[in-house]
Order: sequence, then structure tokens, then C-alpha cells
Amino acid sequence: MPIWEFLQRYSSVVMHGTWVTCLQFLLAALVAVSIALVIGIGKLSANPLIRGACVVYIELFRGTSLLVQLYWIFFVLPLFGITLPNFTAGFISVGLNYGAYGAELVRGAIQAVPRGQWEAATALSMSPFARMRRIILPQAIAIMLPPWGNLLIELLKGTALVSLISVTDLMFQAKQINASTYLSAQAFGTALIIYYLFARGLITPSMRWAEHAVARRLGRS
Amino acid sequence: MVRFMNVNKSYGKLNVIEQLNFDVAEGEMVSIIGPSGSGKTTVLRTLMTLETINDGVIYVEGKPLTHMAKGGALVPADERYLRRMRTSIGMCFQSFNLFPHMTALQNCMEGPVQVLGLSKKEARERSEELLHMVGMIDKRDQHPSRLSGGQQQRVAIARALAMRPKVMLFDEVTSALDPEVIGEVTNVIRKLVTEHNLTMLMVTHQMGFARDISDRVCFFFGGKIEEQGTPSELFGNPQRERTKQFLSAVKEAI
Amino acid sequence: MNFEWSWTLTWEIMPRLLWATANTLLAAGAGYAIALVGGLIFALAQRAALGPVRWAVREFVEFIRSTPLVLQIFFVFYVAPQFGMQLSPWTSGLLAIGLHYSAYLSEVYRGGLEAVPRGQWEACRAINMSARDTYFRIIIPQALVPAVPGMGNYLVGILKDTPMLSVIGVMELMHAANSIGSEHYRYLEPFTLVGLIFFLISLPTAGLIKLLERRLRLGLGL
Repeated sequence: MPIWEFLQRYSSVVMHGTWVTCLQFLLAALVAVSIALVIGIGKLSANPLIRGACVVYIELFRGTSLLVQLYWIFFVLPLFGITLPNFTAGFISVGLNYGAYGAELVRGAIQAVPRGQWEAATALSMSPFARMRRIILPQAIAIMLPPWGNLLIELLKGTALVSLISVTDLMFQAKQINASTYLSAQAFGTALIIYYLFARGLITPSMRWAEHAVARRLGRS
Repeated sequence: MVRFMNVNKSYGKLNVIEQLNFDVAEGEMVSIIGPSGSGKTTVLRTLMTLETINDGVIYVEGKPLTHMAKGGALVPADERYLRRMRTSIGMCFQSFNLFPHMTALQNCMEGPVQVLGLSKKEARERSEELLHMVGMIDKRDQHPSRLSGGQQQRVAIARALAMRPKVMLFDEVTSALDPEVIGEVTNVIRKLVTEHNLTMLMVTHQMGFARDISDRVCFFFGGKIEEQGTPSELFGNPQRERTKQFLSAVKEAI
Repeated sequence: MNFEWSWTLTWEIMPRLLWATANTLLAAGAGYAIALVGGLIFALAQRAALGPVRWAVREFVEFIRSTPLVLQIFFVFYVAPQFGMQLSPWTSGLLAIGLHYSAYLSEVYRGGLEAVPRGQWEACRAINMSARDTYFRIIIPQALVPAVPGMGNYLVGILKDTPMLSVIGVMELMHAANSIGSEHYRYLEPFTLVGLIFFLISLPTAGLIKLLERRLRLGLGL
């Protein structure tokens, strides 16, 4: 079947799948960023208990596989009385996993802010919270944005796994079309191209824009 | 020994060397001075074939460096020809560029063994002799990261000499050094001038040193030789306005 | 709530899981071997090849890096037969995962090569070294050190991505856990054990890589 005919026939299914992938991406990214900030800052805490907990979190989620975590949260967590619908289990798993990677980016960026900035803020007798929020984080964000661009593309790719717990995302629809029509090249090829455009046409330019915006706010451009 | 004939070099619209005609005789020590951006370093880099020239011909020992004769005409040289020509030229850099994963001795032996095909034993003897000459024989088994800038530069000089070049190029070899160690490097070069009959080209910011040891000093400006002469002529009685300005500006800085 | 851990089941399924672990390690190792070579080809093609080839390789690498591996696995497995290539799950899985990580490793190699200062190339030129000696004796030894952490990360990465091969029926850990789960109607033990096994493999591997990097740095005197 020619590709345009394929697209005509299956466009609504593909569009729906893309929309679900979009939602999964945005929600997972939200979870990942929040987790990354909390765990990343926590890992620098002076309190060894907080620090230890953050290290355990990071090593646990980076040391096991995303697919294992996804299945565990979806199939095993209900045994502990926490039953999540597949859509929620999907983006939460992806978010928790990439949050662990993001936490290392946050920690690295905060440590990369020159020592003198901490000392200057302390010399103005700022509270630790104000120092972090007003002085350190704004500079750390500028440092960590470029690697976050790559991480968000990894996260988008990670969302394709939620199809394995039957979330009807783009990957899921491609599999469905393939199973019912055997038009493998068209089904999977279309999905590949949509993922590529999503990553390079949306995520990369948005992050570039964000980098410029942050640089402008810091008076660097 | 070395001859530049109508050589041009440009980066896009910027002309770094313009219609340069320049001769260096065998055994001559020529210093090149001038403000930054005057193209003086580029002269050395084109001679080492680190940069290609846009126009003109460079001759080394009467043979064209970057071109080879083919059917009566000169065509751009191929890699084999370039490699043969390069053997007669050695170079020391501002930033030393020693190989960090090799000891001082290994740095010196690398070229003789790999390029000239000397046996390890011959290469070692030659290298140790040169390391001795530059006063670095005690440090022969140290890696560059354990050496000071002045020591690294002396090893770099030994490494270049181990290839037995006929022409030695020194590109601001003291510019990256702390003031107190400059002397140990200039002393080595001084020794080369008095004891060996090498042809040498040196780009430098050290006017006093250039004055002491050069046979001839060239003042570069805007990609050309603005003025040249013996050290006493150029430093004692400069003719051109730009030379006077430059020399007095340098003097004030001291 | 019935989250009581069954040790009977644990001991019963352990042999099967360990057998599957061997398959997981085999898949990761073979995939990584493909990626080590493929990455080098991609990296050198982007340095040496002609303009259009360089551009095409660059775009291809970008494409592979920005699309999901699980989708690529499906693509290879289902589309190859349409071009007359009947590939087993193992072959198509290794091909897909090897290609995917080739793209990543080519970036690591590129970064390593670019980290070697220009002066090193010039010094080789100044002592008149051949291009081959320049690469093998001077540049690559220095490029290796900054590349090792990245190469190590992707070794751990490829290990953690092997569960995706279960979707086309490669009998690795995840596949085994899934079938155990559906046979016994219990997911707690198999999935937890699989997580534990991954943890126990990837953590020491990461440590070993750090050690290797330090050794290499010392060995080269850097």
C-alpha cells in the first residue's frame, strides 16, 4: 500500500497515538524535573540521612532497568494496595526513572556554580533557602539546560515503553496497525519519523530557545 | 636555504601574508618581530606545512616545498612529497605540544624510531645526547605532566633536534613561560647558535634576546616585511615610522 | 494485601532466572561488540568521508539517537522479512540494539578525538609522522582516556536496555520473569528478583569502569 493511502486510512489512529505520547511526555517530564530538583539538591544536603536517601534513590533507579521498574509499578505495586491505572503508572515510572538521571545533572550544575557565589551570598547573610533560590539555582539552570535537552529526548524515547502496559500511545498504535494489516514498514516507519520530528523539531528547538532565554536573563547575550 | 617567493596567505578576506619575498641563508639566525596579527607566526606555520599557502612558492634547499615538478609545471605536492620535504625542517611551539603519554626520552625517540627508522638503540643514544645538551638528562623518565614549562620546552627542543633538521623554527617558545625560567630555554637556543651551524627562524617577543643572537632581524607588519637588517641597524637606527613606534612601545612596556 | 514473599517460589524459579541472566549478559556483550565496531565506523566516516557521505552519516546517527530503541527493534524484526531477510529474534534484536548503541558510541569516539589538542597533531606533523602513526601512536591513546567513562556508561546502558528484546521473544531475564509471572500468577518475586539481578550486575560494572579509567590514566602517565 502506498504511504499516502496508508496515512489517509490510519491518520486518526496515528494522531490519537501521537497525542497520548505527547501527554505521557509532558507528564513524565514534569515528574522527572520535580524529582530531579528535590533529589539533586538533597544529595548535597549536610544531613547524612537525607544525603544517603537521595543516593539510594539515584542508584536504585539508575541501577535497574526502566522496563523492570515499569512492570514492577504496574504489576507488583497493587499487591501493596497501590493500584495505578496504566496511563498513570506509565508516566510516573518514566518520570521516576529519568528523574534519577536528572538529579545528577542538577547536582553537577549546582556544584559547578563558582564557590565565590556561595560565599558572596553568605556574606550578604542570606538564608540557605534564599541563597539557593535567588543566587545559585538561576546560575545552575543555565549550566544544566544543554544536558537536559538530551535527557528529555531520552525521556521521550522512554515513553515508548508504556505501550507494553497497553497505554495507547504512538508505539502501541503502530503495533496494533502492524498486527492487523502486516504493513510493518509503513506502520513502524511512520512512528519512527513522528518520534524523530517530535525530538528534533520540537524538543531540541524549545530547549535552544530556553537556553537563550536563560542566558538573556543572566545578561549573557 | 629557505626562500619565499610572492607568497600569499589569507583566511577568507583577511590577508595574513601578502606578496612575501624572503630569503634565509644557510646557517643564518633570523628573528621575526612585530605586533600580534602581523603574520609572523604564519610564516613559520606555512614553512612547517601546518598551513597551506594560497599563492606563490616556498623553496627549501632550492626545491619547492608545497609543489612538485610534474611535466614541466609545478603542481600541488602530494603527501609523499611533503613528507620527504618536511624531514629537513623542525619546529618548537609556544605550547610545547609534548606527547603527554610518553616520557621525555620516549618523546625524543618517537620520531627517530617511527619516522627515520632508526633502531631503538641508536635513537636512545641520540636522544640522550640531546637531552644532556639541553640539561634534561636527569628527567628523561618523567612524563611531561611532571615537568615545569621551561623543562618541557627544553625537551621539545631536543625532540625537534633528534630529527636532525637543517632548518629549525622557534614559534614564540618563551611566551608561555614564567619569567624566571625563560633563561633556561634561551640559553639552550644560544648554545645552538654558537655551537651548531643550523639555519634558524625565530618568532619572538623578547627584543633583547633577538638583538643578542640574531644575524638578522625582520620587522613584520600587516603580512609584509616592513623593515629588516642586522640587530644593530634595526634596533639602533630604525628607518621606518612603524618600526620606531613598535620599538618604543615595547621599550615602554619594559 | 498479599505481599508476603514466597521463598519456596524464589528457590523454584531461581535456576530459570539465572539461565536467563546468562542470555541477558550474552545479548549485552554481543550488542556492545557490534556497537564498538559500528561506532568506530560512524565516527571515522564523519571525519574522513566526503561532504555528502559525512552529512548522511551525521543525519543517520541523529535519527537513531532520537527514536525509541523498542520501536527500532520492532522495525528490524518485522520489516526485514519484507525485504526477504528472515531474521531470528536474536539476530534482529542484536542488530537493532547494536546499531542503536553504535550511534551513541560514535559520539563518544568523536568527543574523545576532539578532546586531543590541535598542538598534538601539529607536533606529529613537525616530526614528520605518517598519518597512521599519528592516529595509532599519539592521538588514539590520548583520545581513549576521555572516552572510557562514556564507553562504560553505554556498556551499563546496553545491559539495562536488553529487557526490550523480550518484546520480540528473546529469552532474556524480562522474558523469563514475564512467563514465570503468568504461569504462577505471581509477579512480586520474579519482577523483584529481576530488578535485584540488574542492580547486582550494573553497580559493580560501573565501579569497575571507574577503576579502569584510573588505571588507564596512570598507565599513560597523564
